[in-house]
Amino acid sequence: MDWSWIPEYSDRLISGFWLTLQLLLMSATMGFMLAIPIGLVQNTGPKWLSMIARGFCTTIRGTPLLIQLWLIYYGVGSLFPDIDGIRESFLWPYLRAAFPYAVTAFTLSVAGYTGEIMRGAFAGVPKGELEAARAMGMSPFKVLVRIWLPRAVQNVFPTLAGEFVLTLKATPLAATITIYELFGRSTEIRQDTFRVYEPLLLVAGIYILMTAVIVVIFRWFENRIPKPSIA
Amino acid sequence: MKSLKTILATAVIAAGLSATAATAEIKLGLDSAPYPPFADVDASGARKGFEIELGNAICKAMNETCVWTPIAWDGIIPALNSKKIDAIFASMSITEKRLKVIDFSNKYYNTPAAMVAPKDMAIDGSPESVKGKIVGVQGSTTHADYAKKHLGGTAAEVKSYQGFDEHNADLAAGRVDAVVGDSLAFQAFLDSDAGSKFEIKGILNDEAVFGKGVGVGLRKGDALKEKFNAAIAKIRDDGTYDAIAKKYFSFDIYGK
Repeated sequence: MDWSWIPEYSDRLISGFWLTLQLLLMSATMGFMLAIPIGLVQNTGPKWLSMIARGFCTTIRGTPLLIQLWLIYYGVGSLFPDIDGIRESFLWPYLRAAFPYAVTAFTLSVAGYTGEIMRGAFAGVPKGELEAARAMGMSPFKVLVRIWLPRAVQNVFPTLAGEFVLTLKATPLAATITIYELFGRSTEIRQDTFRVYEPLLLVAGIYILMTAVIVVIFRWFENRIPKPSIA
Repeated sequence: MKSLKTILATAVIAAGLSATAATAEIKLGLDSAPYPPFADVDASGARKGFEIELGNAICKAMNETCVWTPIAWDGIIPALNSKKIDAIFASMSITEKRLKVIDFSNKYYNTPAAMVAPKDMAIDGSPESVKGKIVGVQGSTTHADYAKKHLGGTAAEVKSYQGFDEHNADLAAGRVDAVVGDSLAFQAFLDSDAGSKFEIKGILNDEAVFGKGVGVGLRKGDALKEKFNAAIAKIRDDGTYDAIAKKYFSFDIYGK
């Protein structure tokens, strides 16, 4: 075991760590935002919207994330340059960077998986509670914000925490589209030093620590929300 | 039709026999990603290319049985040192840096590195000409080392890719402004539709980085080195090398 390379590469490892964190937080937040309507319309309709949402979830959950990532980066991304004048537009620096494509791919993936969880979560809230809320004169939107969504999230909170951890561990896939997140940095170190195990062991340790922190944070929130009632 | 059991039994016996035989088969490691015209697979999945034919000819000259074993490029040196493969036969340049961890046979070919960029872009391969540009390379290659050493100071970014095809795809997509790679390996790309808008802008030289050409990578101290050197010399002498090279290249690929 030889760890003498760590000081030389510590800056790069730290920047990789931040990139991993950014990718995780951005895609988990936006993915969850998308998951709420995806889960909701499958309970409320209209039928055609529900069909689209279900189709989306099936497609995302039925295809490997790596393929989605490459389809978006090398596939969709290669169509943009053919649009006239786009290389001169202010959008081009963003369109040619890899990070926005990774965030898009991971967001869609989180939305697909979490959308399915939220569908079940919304369906699991007792009808009586929603009827009671409506009888109190709440508007449909108020029912959603005050009763339906909080109760749904409460029921699936541990599952959402698990989904968050799974997303963290999917982020190394971004290294395949030239994003130097944590794993990408370890690959760089391996290529420079020809040391295989130490860089991998180090980033594996960092992923374990990140997971532990995520678990603790979610547990803290879990303990603060009232236990779900048995319907 | 042979039942699965018979096949398995035969395989087990064969494996047992070859393990006890004086010379076991040599596992030649090659990049699992295609690298035409050196190593590629045809529509039926059979391996083809200059390096494949050359490797087979060298094995024949050594009187050994060789098996091609595809390995992901960035793990190919570790695979050699952990004995997953016995030799790297994958266009690997002989460099000082690599000689610290593995041995090399004598060179079996030597082509210069080149920079490729869009035809209408004012780039000539020099560090000044890539000022503010994004340069793509394949990671773990001498081309990546060259880009880091000579272009890292002026280029906006040096992006490292897992494969040759991928940095070419991003060059075509406009995400990188120029790529550095083997002049010959670029030929197939430049001949394709996607590559028609690009050209070789400059030939890059630095023996400290690119080394003495391409050789067979071997474990340190392995006696196979003498065998490979003898075989390379033999096929150079008896015309086998030239016969194979003529099929692929219009110039002397062996170099000076």
